[in-house]
Amino acid sequence: MSGPSTYKPSTGFEKWLDERLPIVRLGWDSFVDFPTPRNLNYWYTFGGILTVCLMVQILTGIVLAMHYVPHVDMAFASVERIDRDVNFGWLLRNIHAVGASMFFLAVYMHIFRGLYYGSYKAPRELLWILGVVIYLLMMAAAFLGYVLPWGQMSFWGATVITELFGALPLIGGPVTEWLWGGFSVGNATLNRFFSLHYLIPFLIAGVVGLHIWALHVPGNNNPTGLTAKTSNDTLPFHPYYTVKDGFAIVVFLVIFAFFVFYWPDALGHADNYIEADPLVTPAHIVPEWYLLPFYAILRAVPDKLGGVILMFGAIGVLFILPWLDTSRVRSMRYRPVAKWFFAFFVVACLGLGWAGAELPDNKVPVLGAIGVDFLLLGRVLTLYYFAYFLVILPVLGFVEKPKPRPASIEADVLGSKKSGDAAAPAGAPAE
Amino acid sequence: MKTIHRLLAAAAGVIALAAPAALAAGEYKKPEEHTWSFEGPFGTFDQAELQRGFQVYNQVCSACHGLNYLSIRHMGMEGGPFYTEGVAPNDNPALQAIAAEMRPIEDGPDDFGDMFERERRVTDPFPSPYENEQMARSANGGAYPPDLSVIVKARKGGTEYIRSLLLGYDQEPPEDLDIRTGNYYNPYMSGQVIAMPPQLYEGIVEYEDGTEATPEQMAHDIAAFLTWTSEPHMDARKRMGLMVMIYLLILCGLLYWSYRQIWSKVEH
Ligand code: HEC
Ligand code: HEM
Repeated sequence: MSGPSTYKPSTGFEKWLDERLPIVRLGWDSFVDFPTPRNLNYWYTFGGILTVCLMVQILTGIVLAMHYVPHVDMAFASVERIDRDVNFGWLLRNIHAVGASMFFLAVYMHIFRGLYYGSYKAPRELLWILGVVIYLLMMAAAFLGYVLPWGQMSFWGATVITELFGALPLIGGPVTEWLWGGFSVGNATLNRFFSLHYLIPFLIAGVVGLHIWALHVPGNNNPTGLTAKTSNDTLPFHPYYTVKDGFAIVVFLVIFAFFVFYWPDALGHADNYIEADPLVTPAHIVPEWYLLPFYAILRAVPDKLGGVILMFGAIGVLFILPWLDTSRVRSMRYRPVAKWFFAFFVVACLGLGWAGAELPDNKVPVLGAIGVDFLLLGRVLTLYYFAYFLVILPVLGFVEKPKPRPASIEADVLGSKKSGDAAAPAGAPAE
Repeated sequence: MKTIHRLLAAAAGVIALAAPAALAAGEYKKPEEHTWSFEGPFGTFDQAELQRGFQVYNQVCSACHGLNYLSIRHMGMEGGPFYTEGVAPNDNPALQAIAAEMRPIEDGPDDFGDMFERERRVTDPFPSPYENEQMARSANGGAYPPDLSVIVKARKGGTEYIRSLLLGYDQEPPEDLDIRTGNYYNPYMSGQVIAMPPQLYEGIVEYEDGTEATPEQMAHDIAAFLTWTSEPHMDARKRMGLMVMIYLLILCGLLYWSYRQIWSKVEH
C-alpha cells in the first residue's frame, strides 16, 4: 500500500535534510499521508494506545530506576522511600504499576481484534508474529518488574516461575541455578532481573518499530477483511485517524487515571506489601491477573514438565496460527460458524484467568454442586483453548460456508446493494 | 438497561453463593463494615483522629511494633497528624516535643571513634521496639509483631481489618479449635488464632483532646492512623486526581467534537 511518496519539502532546510536523511519524508509517508481503510472501528485504536502505554512505562520506569536499589536488604525499603519521600514518587509508582495492567488490557483487546478480523492471515503473517514476539517480551518484562519491589509475591512468584525450568530433563537443575546465580532466588537474581527489566522495554520498542514497518507494507486490515484496492477505500491517516486515535487514547487515559488516583491497589496483591521472607511461604501464590490464564494451563497438567510444555505451547501456537486457519475469508463478520467458536474462545480465556486465580480444589460456584472444581474447569478450558487453534480453525476453513462479502470497502461503507458474491466468491483467494 | 440489571443481579447471586463456601472453609471472618472520613473519592484524613491514633500507637502499640519506614518529621507533612500550615515539618514544635520524649538514639562514631547516645530529633526514624527479629520473637513467645508502617496495604480488608482485629477478642471460639497458651481466639485473623494479647482496654489511654477512650474509639483512631502511615499522600493523590480527571474529560470532549467535525465530510 505504500505508494509513491507525496512529501514535498517546503523550506530550504527541509530540502537539504531530505537529500541527506529523508526522515521527515518517512514520518510524512507513515503518519500523515499513509492511506488507511476508511472503515476502521474503535478496536483499531488499540495500536496507538499501546504505543502510548509503552512510552509511559519507559518514562516512569527510568525515573523510578533513579531511586530504586536492587539489593535484597534495601529493595523493599527503597520502594517505600519512593512512595513516601521522593517528590511525586507515589504518583510515578502508581502510574508504572497500574500502567503494566493497562498495557496488558490494551494488548489483549489488540490481540482479540486481530483474531476476530483475521489480521494474522496473508499478507500479514510476519506482522502478527512480530506482535506475538512483543507479547512474549511484555510478559517477561512484567514478570521481572513484579519481582523488583521484593515483597512476598515478588519473591515467591520468582521462585515458582524459575523453578519451572527445573522440570527440564537433565539440564533442569543447572539451568535453574544459572538463572538464579546461586542456589535459590537471592541477591544475584534480583540484580540480573533489574538489569533485564530495564533492557526489555527497549527491545520491545525495537520490535514495535519492525511491527509498524511490517504493518505499513500491506497496510491495515479492516473490519471487512477486504483488501483496499482504490483510493475510495482509504483516507489519509492524518487528520482522520490521528483525531480518532487521539480521542480513543484520551478515553483510555481516563480509565487509566481512575485507577492511578482512586483505586491504585485494586490490581495488586496485599502480600506484596510484606517484605520478602524466604522462610515464610504465602498461603496462596498467584501471579498478576494478566498471567493467570497461563497459570491455569500450567496447573491443568498433573505432570510438571507437561504443564510447562503446555504453557509455552499456548503462546507457541500463536506463532503458527497464520497457517492453522485454513479459511480464505479474513473477517469473522462473514464467518457465521467461526464467529461463535471465537466468542466462546474469549469466554474460555476469561474462564482460564478465573481458574488461575482460585485454588484448584475450590468448587466452581453453581457448577460446584455437580462436583466441578477449578482444576476441572481449567482442564476443560485448556482443552478448548488448544482445540480452537489446532482443530476448529483448521477444519472450519473447509466445512464452513462464508456469507457473501461486499465488493469493496467503499461498497460496504456506502451500504451498496451490489452483492459481493460475484466479486469474491467463497473460497476465492482474491481478498 | 433492564438486561444489564438482570445480569448484575445474576452475578450478585453467584457471588452470594460463593461467599458462604469461603467462610465454611474455616479461614477467617470478613472484617466489619465501618465509616471513615477518608472513604470515597473526596474523603480526607481527619487530623484530630490521626493525632489520637498516634497517641494510641505511641502509648500502646509501640511497645511491640515498629514504624520502620517513617521518620518523626513525616507526621508534620501536609495531610499528616501534626501538620501546621506554614510550618516546615522539621521546625514543628509539637513534633520536636514528641521526638524529645522518645527513646534516645545511638549516633556516631564521634571524633574519637566512639558511639554515643543523643536525644532523638524530628529527622530521626521512629524507635524500633526490638534490636532484631530474634529479640522480638523471644519477647513475644515466638511470635513476631510485624512492622506497622504499611500494614493497611499489606492485609486484605485494610483499615476495616485492623479495626475488627483489635476489637475481635470477645467472641466464643469454636469447640474444635485448639488454642495453645499465649494464643488468643480472634476470628478476623487468618487461621483465627493470634499471638497478640488483646490491647484496647477501657482507659488504657487518656486522650489529650478529652475524647472518651472507649475500645471502639481507640480501634477507630489507630486504624485511621495506620491508614495514614500506610499511605501518607492519600489526600494529595485524591486532590490531584480530581484535577486530572477534569482536565482529561474536557480534552475528551474537545477531541470528540473535533473527531465529529473532521469525519462529518466522509462516509465511514
Ligand atoms: C505485647 C506486644 C504487642 C502489643 C503492645 C501490640 N501488639 Fe500487635 N502483635 C503482637 C504480636 C506478637 C503479633 C503477631 C501475632 C501473630 O503472628 O499471631 C502482633 C500482630 C499484630 C498485627 C498483625 C495481625 C496479622 O494480620 O498478621 C496487627 C495489625 C497488630 N498487631 C496491631 C497492633 C496494634 C494496632 C497495637 C496497638 C493498639 C498492637 N498491635 C499492640 C504483639 C503486640
Ligand atoms: C507493545 C505492544 C504493541 C504495540 C505498541 C503495537 C502497535 C501497533 C500499532 C500502532 C498498530 C496499528 C494500529 C492498529 O491496528 O491497532 C498495530 C497493528 C497490529 N498489531 Fe500490534 N502492537 C503491539 C502488540 C501486538 C501484539 C502482542 C500483537 C499480536 C500478538 C499485535 C498484532 C497486531 C496486528 C495483527 C496488527 C495489524 C492489525 C490490522 O491491521 O488489522 N500487536 N500494532
